[in-house]
Amino acid sequence: MGQIKLEKVTKSFGDVEVIPPLDLTIGEGEFTVFVGPSGCGKSTLLRLIAGLEDISSGQITIDGQDATNVPPAKRRLAMVFQSYALYPHMSVRKNIAFPLRMAKLDQAEQDKRVEQAASVLNLTDYLDRRPGQLSGGQRQRVAIGRAIVREPAAFLFDEPLSNLDAALRVGMRLEISELHKRLATTMIYVTHDQVEAMTMADKIVVLRAGHIEQVGSPLELYRTPRNLFVAGFIGSPKMNHIDGAEAAKHSAKTIGVRPEHIDVVDGEGVWQGTVGVAEHLGSDTFFHIHGTGIAETLTVRATGEVDFRHGDRIGLVPRADQIHRFDDQGLRMP
Amino acid sequence: MATQHSRSAARLMMGPAVVLLLGWMLVPLLMTLYFSFKSYLPLRGGDLGWIGFDNYVRFVTSSAFWPSVSATLIIVGGVLLITVVLGVLLAILLDQPMWGQGIVRILVIAPFFVMPTVSALVWKNMFMDPVNGLFAHLWKFFGAQPVEWLSDASLFSIVLIVSWQWLPFATLILLTAIQSLDSEQLEAAEMDGAPPPKRFVFIILPHLGRAITIVVLIQTIFLLSIFAEIFVTTGGAFGSRTLTYLIFQRVLESQNVGLGSAGGVYAIILANIVALFLMRIVGKNLDA
Repeated sequence: MGQIKLEKVTKSFGDVEVIPPLDLTIGEGEFTVFVGPSGCGKSTLLRLIAGLEDISSGQITIDGQDATNVPPAKRRLAMVFQSYALYPHMSVRKNIAFPLRMAKLDQAEQDKRVEQAASVLNLTDYLDRRPGQLSGGQRQRVAIGRAIVREPAAFLFDEPLSNLDAALRVGMRLEISELHKRLATTMIYVTHDQVEAMTMADKIVVLRAGHIEQVGSPLELYRTPRNLFVAGFIGSPKMNHIDGAEAAKHSAKTIGVRPEHIDVVDGEGVWQGTVGVAEHLGSDTFFHIHGTGIAETLTVRATGEVDFRHGDRIGLVPRADQIHRFDDQGLRMP
Repeated sequence: MATQHSRSAARLMMGPAVVLLLGWMLVPLLMTLYFSFKSYLPLRGGDLGWIGFDNYVRFVTSSAFWPSVSATLIIVGGVLLITVVLGVLLAILLDQPMWGQGIVRILVIAPFFVMPTVSALVWKNMFMDPVNGLFAHLWKFFGAQPVEWLSDASLFSIVLIVSWQWLPFATLILLTAIQSLDSEQLEAAEMDGAPPPKRFVFIILPHLGRAITIVVLIQTIFLLSIFAEIFVTTGGAFGSRTLTYLIFQRVLESQNVGLGSAGGVYAIILANIVALFLMRIVGKNLDA
């Protein structure tokens, strides 16, 4: 259960078309991440699937049934909002039980499901507190709990981690991934953070201005980005794009080399440059290289501790089999 | 206000305001207490000396006392009920996006700017007059006998007039409260399967709790002492004499300052009883 299919779905606000005709199939049990820069329409797309916005044309099918005009409550989808949207005047228990109460389940069944969700999410000790007395991570878990108890066909997450601090975000990322493994329910997750997308997704959908740029598994997107946008968006630090004569050597308009695919050598390399900022993280070292003559700045990632400092003159050797070539349309060349 | 120096400077600066406010409150209160133990009849011999609790006994044993208390409570309760219920509904209506929203909002607030005396007179002469009033015409149009509002249904009429005046206030406060509701909460409730009436009961109404409390408390303070509306409509006749109005009659019409002052002290006690009950009922909404 939980296959969602969008066919020629469009959405316009007045004269502005935010989603041009779009086709997408989300398979059963898949963890799909919509990723893209802010304003790319990923949240709108999620709200269309949820039914919180009407689509302008096209069709949405959930589990083979037309859901285009079905109200949100009847689509059997549960949503976790960016602001958590907990009901501040209800205790955690009542918050989690709210969808069950609306569905008029009997009290014993409600209690059972709430207890179950609370134990899965480590909320048992907090059931009688109000949302205002919880930390950000706990509120997040309550919001997830409220989604779980409904046993929905699919979960929708709208940037759920963007209000958490960095350490908590990593923790919650893991928890959500584990939850997905355990429940094996379809999940659609919206984020602008490509790290979240890479770490959690079975399938990533990269969006720009309402268009789907590429759909694929995280490593597919990493290895074979379909165009310059995806190449620049996926991977951290960003891929280096090099235009001009150096690209022409590879008979391409632009070439792209990921920072981790450039080796740093003491002395002569394929390219030469001066170290600008060197970020020593211990596990990795990031160099921002200037004065190479081929691009303003090149970012290079070396594994482990590499002892070059600001102002050092170094050589760079890109790995020949890891150079991505793009034509004048920005599309990948084979 | 971190250092000793800034704290004492702050006290010094606030001093005049505190002294002024204290004087403003304490002097009239003390004078009321002072006169309430005296027989003071300005036109009939002036200050006739101390008479103990006589004024208090006389005021409370007067046949007009208990009806005036109940009239006061009926007016306060009736106006609160009407303004809160209609205020919530109007606030929800005004929160909907619609054409000409700005103008409509100003129109809704307008009655609050009309002086109580003026609005009561307008109601009395233009709406409730049994011969020329709009209501009389309406009743006649349907073939019914026009109601003599201010004599047959005096309390209800006054409640209606005062509600009309205070509805804008309630609407305004409740509208700002509704606008501060996070729309994601409503969407979450929608996803959770709550139809609009349940979203109102479970999400909107609890969110409005604090604003409703504020409306009730502030209105009670002002409604306990309404005067102009009664003065220009019924003149306290036909069972519309409130405690405030009774005190006015004792002091100015009977020229008995001592008796009126005793009534004033009773009014303070009544206000405190009402406040106590209100805080019991709605006060918990004010805790964050």
